[in-house]
Amino acid sequence: MKYFGLIWKNVWRKKIRTSLTLLSVFVAFLLFALLSALGYAFKSGEDVADAERLVIIDKVSLINPLPMAYKNRIAATEGVHSVAHASWFGGYYQDPRNQFAQFPTDPYEYFSMYPELEMPEEQLENWAKNRQGAVLGRELAEQFGIKVGDRIPIQATIWTKADGGRTWEFDIEGIFGTNDPRGSTAFFLFHYDYFEEARAFGKGTVGWYILRVTPDADPVQVANAIDLQFANSPNETETSTEAAFAQSFAKQFGNIALIVTMILGAVFFTLLLVSGNTMSQSVRERISELAVLKTVGFTDRAVLGIVLAEAVLIMLMGGLLGLGIGWLLVQGAAQQLGAFLPGIFLSGEAILTAVGIMIGAGIVAGIFPALKAMRLSIIDALARA
Amino acid sequence: MSETLATLTGVSKTYQKGKEKVEVLHNLDLQIPAGDFIAIMGPSGSGKTTLLNLLGGLDKPSSGTVRVGDAELSSMSNSQLSHWRSTNVGFIFQFYNLLPVLTAQKNVELPLLLTDFSGKERAKRASIALEIVGLGDRAKHYPRELSGGQEQRVAIARAVVSDPALLLCDEPTGDLDRETADEILKLLQILNREHGKTIVMVTHDAQAAEYANRILHCDKGTLEAREAV
Ligand SMILES: Nc1ncnc2c1ncn2[C@@H]1O[C@H](COP(=O)(O)OP(=O)(O)O)[C@@H](O)[C@H]1O
Ligand SMILES: [Mg+2]
Repeated sequence: MKYFGLIWKNVWRKKIRTSLTLLSVFVAFLLFALLSALGYAFKSGEDVADAERLVIIDKVSLINPLPMAYKNRIAATEGVHSVAHASWFGGYYQDPRNQFAQFPTDPYEYFSMYPELEMPEEQLENWAKNRQGAVLGRELAEQFGIKVGDRIPIQATIWTKADGGRTWEFDIEGIFGTNDPRGSTAFFLFHYDYFEEARAFGKGTVGWYILRVTPDADPVQVANAIDLQFANSPNETETSTEAAFAQSFAKQFGNIALIVTMILGAVFFTLLLVSGNTMSQSVRERISELAVLKTVGFTDRAVLGIVLAEAVLIMLMGGLLGLGIGWLLVQGAAQQLGAFLPGIFLSGEAILTAVGIMIGAGIVAGIFPALKAMRLSIIDALARA
Repeated sequence: MSETLATLTGVSKTYQKGKEKVEVLHNLDLQIPAGDFIAIMGPSGSGKTTLLNLLGGLDKPSSGTVRVGDAELSSMSNSQLSHWRSTNVGFIFQFYNLLPVLTAQKNVELPLLLTDFSGKERAKRASIALEIVGLGDRAKHYPRELSGGQEQRVAIARAVVSDPALLLCDEPTGDLDRETADEILKLLQILNREHGKTIVMVTHDAQAAEYANRILHCDKGTLEAREAV
């Protein structure tokens, strides 16, 4: 574009003023890049939740157990593909400070319910064969230096044994990881059968059920059908989807997103004031130059376009720089915080949005000065000079 | 007589000043032959600049017609006038009116941005124009690095770069000392005699007016001819 030289020179007519404006544009888009990458991380938690997995707990309280007898009735409900269960053991390892989750469950049922858990097939088989066997997540194994083949004691805080003992001994048969970058592996699994047989009380119950619906079933309808089935029984149930859980979780982040949007709104509003002011000053101080452009034959529209292009150019320069630095920082953060806050990512959509905002903000900031320049009367402007 | 370049017929110009109407030009008739060099003199506020603006298509008469070459300026739209100005008329002002952010070369190229010439061709034509005004060696200088006389030469180069037939000069030496003024006036004379430019120059300065072929006196909205010596 042959006007580019003229536009470029005019952008830099006051170097300090332009630099300060560029700095504010830069900061705004840097902030935009960082916040949208963070927002992406929050939002992706919702996307990853398994919508086909439902959790059934006692309607009154999570700590009320459910009868083991429910299992077959749940499995027989239309739309249910498979059922697993787990319970809360609440013990510790060696020292009361070493608290982590231990769940008595069924090996095959549990692992097929959570396909994201990864453990060698052989270890799963070994565990299934050994009634006193247990498996634990890699995070725990590394934290406590536990290896396959170890025999470890877990001290019960709730579940005393029928013989009065509080120490439960387990043979470690496997260590599992997860392919879900968000998933935790800080828990310990052992045989429900062993638990059921050895515990002093509470026999015939489980903590909660987990079920998978068939792919063509509506999870909400299945959940309603299950709760209806157990309505008016001593143990009414409350069934919800993992996604629903994640959504209610994400809603809390939704409020953060709103605050972020408001902050960004304020930043961009200020940005418009700053750059709009820059542009109107720039036009005001070169009324006679604009009149000269018109005198030599530039049309009113061309003058409008030139002033608008200056405003958009300033936005694009500062904005792309901010976006670029933001992208680098996001890349760095993704590496540093990957385990802690997975899903940090500057999406193509966010980049396109940012470029759209740059052009839009340039037009908004430049339109009034540009219209003023367009409407400028040559005769008045030259007479004033 | 040579052919006529510009004809004003019954031109009046009225400005609205607050509630009052001020008639600046009254029923003016004027013929400018191609190749003429006219000086217009007259007291301040007598309508000289207004007359130049009408001739250059920067303003339209309240009544009457302005014809320059084949163009009937009084009936053209603003954008038609813009296009017309870019190739048919060059303006030279008292205070040069160069763009401070551009070099001499780029200032001269400015009107050529409106043409279809390539960047190379624009640069070449601007260089030639700068050579004609004797500033070939100042192409890379910014206006603030030039003297008043040099700035006016750049402005003249800008006015002639698209090779218009008509040059309109509004007190082109009003801001210059005698010696520099004479140089500028000689340059205008060369443009008139050797390059065939038709020049209409407004001036306060009787000595400057002597460079023209004829002098017109503007007063109270009418023109009175007075032949140059
Ligand atoms: N745009 C305008 N609006 C109102 N009055 C104007 C305008 N331009 C010029 N005038 C008036 O018209 C008269 C002639 O102005 P001008 O042509 O500039 O005179 P000169 O160039 O001879 O000094 C002056 O009284 C001036 O105040
Ligand atoms: Mg004047």
